[in-house]
Amino acid sequence: MFDSQKIKKDFPIFEKHPELVYLDSTATSLKPRQVIDKLVEYYTQYSANVFRGIYKISEKATEEFEKTREKIAQFIGAKPEEVIFVRNTTEAINLVAYSLGRKIVDKSSEIVVSLMEHHSNFVPWQQLAFENGARLKIINIDKQGRLLFSPEMITRRTAIFALTYVSNVLGTINPVKKIIKQVKKANPNTIVIIDGAQAVPHLKVDVKELACDFLAFSSHKMLGPTGVGVLWGKRELLEQAFPFLYGGEMIREVRLEETVFKEPPYKFEAGTPAIGEVIALASAVEYLEKLGMEKVREHEKELISYALERLKEEFGEKITIFGPEEAEERGGVLAFKFGSYHPHDIAQILDSLNIAVRAGHHCAMPLHQALKVEATTRASFYIYNDKEDVEKLIEGLRRVEKVLG
Amino acid sequence: MMDLYREYILNHYQNPRNFGKMEGADSSVKLSNPLCGDEVKVYVKFEGEKVSKINFEGKGCVISQASASILTEELKGKKKEEILSLDKNFMLKLLRIPLGPNRLKCALLPLEAIQKAIKNGL
Ligand SMILES: Cc1ncc(COP(=O)(O)O)c(C=O)c1O
Repeated sequence: MFDSQKIKKDFPIFEKHPELVYLDSTATSLKPRQVIDKLVEYYTQYSANVFRGIYKISEKATEEFEKTREKIAQFIGAKPEEVIFVRNTTEAINLVAYSLGRKIVDKSSEIVVSLMEHHSNFVPWQQLAFENGARLKIINIDKQGRLLFSPEMITRRTAIFALTYVSNVLGTINPVKKIIKQVKKANPNTIVIIDGAQAVPHLKVDVKELACDFLAFSSHKMLGPTGVGVLWGKRELLEQAFPFLYGGEMIREVRLEETVFKEPPYKFEAGTPAIGEVIALASAVEYLEKLGMEKVREHEKELISYALERLKEEFGEKITIFGPEEAEERGGVLAFKFGSYHPHDIAQILDSLNIAVRAGHHCAMPLHQALKVEATTRASFYIYNDKEDVEKLIEGLRRVEKVLG
Repeated sequence: MMDLYREYILNHYQNPRNFGKMEGADSSVKLSNPLCGDEVKVYVKFEGEKVSKINFEGKGCVISQASASILTEELKGKKKEEILSLDKNFMLKLLRIPLGPNRLKCALLPLEAIQKAIKNGL
């Protein structure tokens, strides 16, 4: 495991709040000094627009901006010209639904998604199906929150297959590589979109190895700034897709009677992007690379395995933890039901002990309906957490019992 | 430390007042907060311009359920018009606890339900 005390020193928020037990990295991660410094560097040293100025600081900004594209490409095993910067995962998925989905989905099509999707990888497909008259098929899950996928679900009509790599509630790590293989075997024309929001920050992800068509993820969940998301897509599909937003930056030539668009990725990047934030995302990737993604995964696996064991040991039947029983099959996410206490009250009492967890449906209402709970409490782990945090969570839950009786 | 879970609030949560269905209510409204699953159904009885009795049923967090219970006592006998003019400041004063924007929604749910029930009955 990492020495989390040492890692914490890189995260300035712990200077201001040394008592903070941050267990909500699934919502957004904390940011290391390296990322914050890079943001400040942009704003203080070369805060110019990109692609426009011929002057030095604009050239510098453009250079740094494109460096992030290369960094991201290398991080996920892709080509830089297939990396598109958007605002977040949500926008990345909507882009695919809008720019390509509208083009290829019609009344005879089927769209396949899973029950464990975050709303951002569910609602765009549901709405596309409504609008274009397609059929929406849902992959169910078993009792342990594992996907019940069978290749028979894919037919010659399946236009789109959208799946999360890691569930933000159950923690389930889906065997996406195997599933994609099965999907493509059943129908090579099915477009496969992987929601990598909870995977890219925590596991080694390589798009070539996965053989998906699109991958979406957010900077803010992987130590980077807010306001930046990444969509990776296969070149030929990006060429085939409609632009997303029209306007500046994405055009080659505009005349009164027609407009010629730029090539991907610029075709999809209309308007001034979050320049400083994109630039600082490179520092986040460097930070993760330095730790090593295999080690990041090892760290989280050990923590989740410890947490599963300790919570059961302490609370037995009183706690219901959702998702796979084996740490091997799950990421650092732990959603649970504790006694009959409402998640709001649990979260509030934990907050009084400076433990930050999430309470609610975590943007996965269809999943909560299937689990037959209104809401859950969710603790999630990242590189700066350790076993001590698990013990504090346990103390916190003891306090909940004491206060609420 | 646990301001939010002071005796007063917990007492109302654990022993809710005016809890249960009201036969012969003049108006009733059920509201829920799908974000967290808080749910309240209120029943009101009118007497001229006044609200003469309020009952509630529901499930959810301590704050939402205690607020409902407190309101059934606090608003009884008040003029409809007066109740309709109440806002979050009233609720905060009544509960005497600090509530952030996310938690405030729980506290306001029962008030909104009662106000809606009055409006429906007008
Ligand atoms: C699995 C998953 N997909 C998508 C998202 C949406 O990410 P964003 O809010 O950055 O668009 C999240 C965020 O919670 C997530 O956990």
